[in-house]
Amino acid sequence: MKQKIGTAVGCLLILIWCLLPVAWIISLSFKSQDAITNGSPGFFPADGDGAGWQNYIDVWNNDQFRRAIFNSIGISLIATLLSVIIATLAAYAIARLEFKGKKFVLSTALAIAMFPVVSLVGPLFDMWRTFGLYDTWPGLIIPYMSFTLPLAIWTLSAFFREIPWEMEQAAQVDGATSWQAFRKVIVPLAAPGVFTAAILTFFFAWNDFVFGISLTSTESARPIPAALSFFVGADPFNRPASLLAAGAVIATIPIVLIVLVFQRKIVAGLTSGAVKG
Amino acid sequence: MSTAIAQDSDRLKAENRLGRKLVAPAIIVMLVVTAFPMLRALYLSLFSYSLTAPDDREFVGLSNYVTALTDSLFWRDTGVTVLIMLVTVFFELVIGFIFAMVMHRVIFARGVIRTSILIPYGIITVVSGFAWQFAFSLNNGFVNGWLPFVDDGFNWFENTTPALIAIMVSEIWKTTPFMSLLLLAGLAQVSDDMIEAAKVDGATWWQRLWKVILPNMRAAIMVAVLFRALDAYRIFDNIFVMTAGAVNTESVSFLTYRQVVEQFALGIGSALSVLLFLSVLVIAFLIVKIFKVDLAQARQE
Repeated sequence: MKQKIGTAVGCLLILIWCLLPVAWIISLSFKSQDAITNGSPGFFPADGDGAGWQNYIDVWNNDQFRRAIFNSIGISLIATLLSVIIATLAAYAIARLEFKGKKFVLSTALAIAMFPVVSLVGPLFDMWRTFGLYDTWPGLIIPYMSFTLPLAIWTLSAFFREIPWEMEQAAQVDGATSWQAFRKVIVPLAAPGVFTAAILTFFFAWNDFVFGISLTSTESARPIPAALSFFVGADPFNRPASLLAAGAVIATIPIVLIVLVFQRKIVAGLTSGAVKG
Repeated sequence: MSTAIAQDSDRLKAENRLGRKLVAPAIIVMLVVTAFPMLRALYLSLFSYSLTAPDDREFVGLSNYVTALTDSLFWRDTGVTVLIMLVTVFFELVIGFIFAMVMHRVIFARGVIRTSILIPYGIITVVSGFAWQFAFSLNNGFVNGWLPFVDDGFNWFENTTPALIAIMVSEIWKTTPFMSLLLLAGLAQVSDDMIEAAKVDGATWWQRLWKVILPNMRAAIMVAVLFRALDAYRIFDNIFVMTAGAVNTESVSFLTYRQVVEQFALGIGSALSVLLFLSVLVIAFLIVKIFKVDLAQARQE
């Protein structure tokens, strides 16, 4: 009984921990900009401080913001697609084949997962300007691919190790062509792993800030985290808080939707990718 | 007999070739953006080179490194970064472990808990930084009002210590759920039989935790600490958003960024990049050696 109460209290604590700041930013997004200027320290908007949907309308009518959302979605989706394709090939080789250099691949992936991203900003800034990749979509897609590959390779090779590959031969013995065996047997088994890797890759690309601010200069490629940080003025102590909060809520919606729909898959992917046990 | 061996080695050779072909694209993409720029940074760090005056590039040997390493700014920023790393990883580990214990036990509402624990993980760090900056802000934040021992007029962003606390709260909030998921996976590996056996032998809850559960989770804990520590050492987003390095809250990553992107000083910036890279290597090496982390496990072998 005592244990049950402890667990219930623990659950409540977890919920508060995870959701309080989210509730705060949503509440902030409904405060009017006048209220923010005058100071409004309450958690919820005070009487007469509410702005309704005005902040959302203002943010959505801002061209730079809309453009940044468009950039983020495009860049993240393309990087995810390419990264997952390349990682699937590599993970298949790691899980199923014996070849020299396997250890090198795994060590490289591990090293890159730990790489200090900022130390690349200088040289990449210089190189991308030379190659004409500065401030373009590919200029961001390429580094996103490099940095999501380790996670994607781990997740996928962990999944691929679990697939009963004999079933492919069994299907062929039963008269299926090798293409049928692959499509009807292997693809359905491998799909959840590929899907998980794709979600984690998308999260990384959507979240990135360092490359986003240093390898772009205009709205032609600037992704949403960078756009939010540059939103109106550089003074970090006097920001249009409620507008920013509305922008932040919009930028978070895709992530929340993905989490709501795929939570089971994400947890499986995260834990299999990092701790095998 | 001999033909069988020959066939075997042919098959092995073919497998070897196929394996290499399949991993080649991944290796190339990973190295193009890391190894090659890093070598270029090593080269540029030997020059006095600024993008504002690219024609004045001049070979200066190691003097950029001397400048960086003798500057008190570099050491102050390194100190701040190490402090942030130690404090955040400690709290993430403790709170993350408590969360993992709760999630391990919970039977009802698993989906709800799991969904909410993934939300901080998925939220953009910049958004987390904003949310907490406003929460701690003097005019528009609720923290002063909620904390009984803090004066309502207290400005968190005026001095180094409170500003660092605000930054660390944002960092800990966002990454603890991730830590707890890793620890949950480790917790699932501890066999219930062992815990039961310890119970039968009369071990208290505290003894079971320290003598049975934690030692058996060691590998999982160490891998989680290794990844989180290196991630925390690279802290950049939260500082950029919350203080922009004001009141001595700058991290090494932020210093490097400032030199390269804001001041266009590629020579000294590259030297700082190389130093940052080396310090990450040293930290990784120390953690692996001191705690004897099983790298084969981290590599997923």
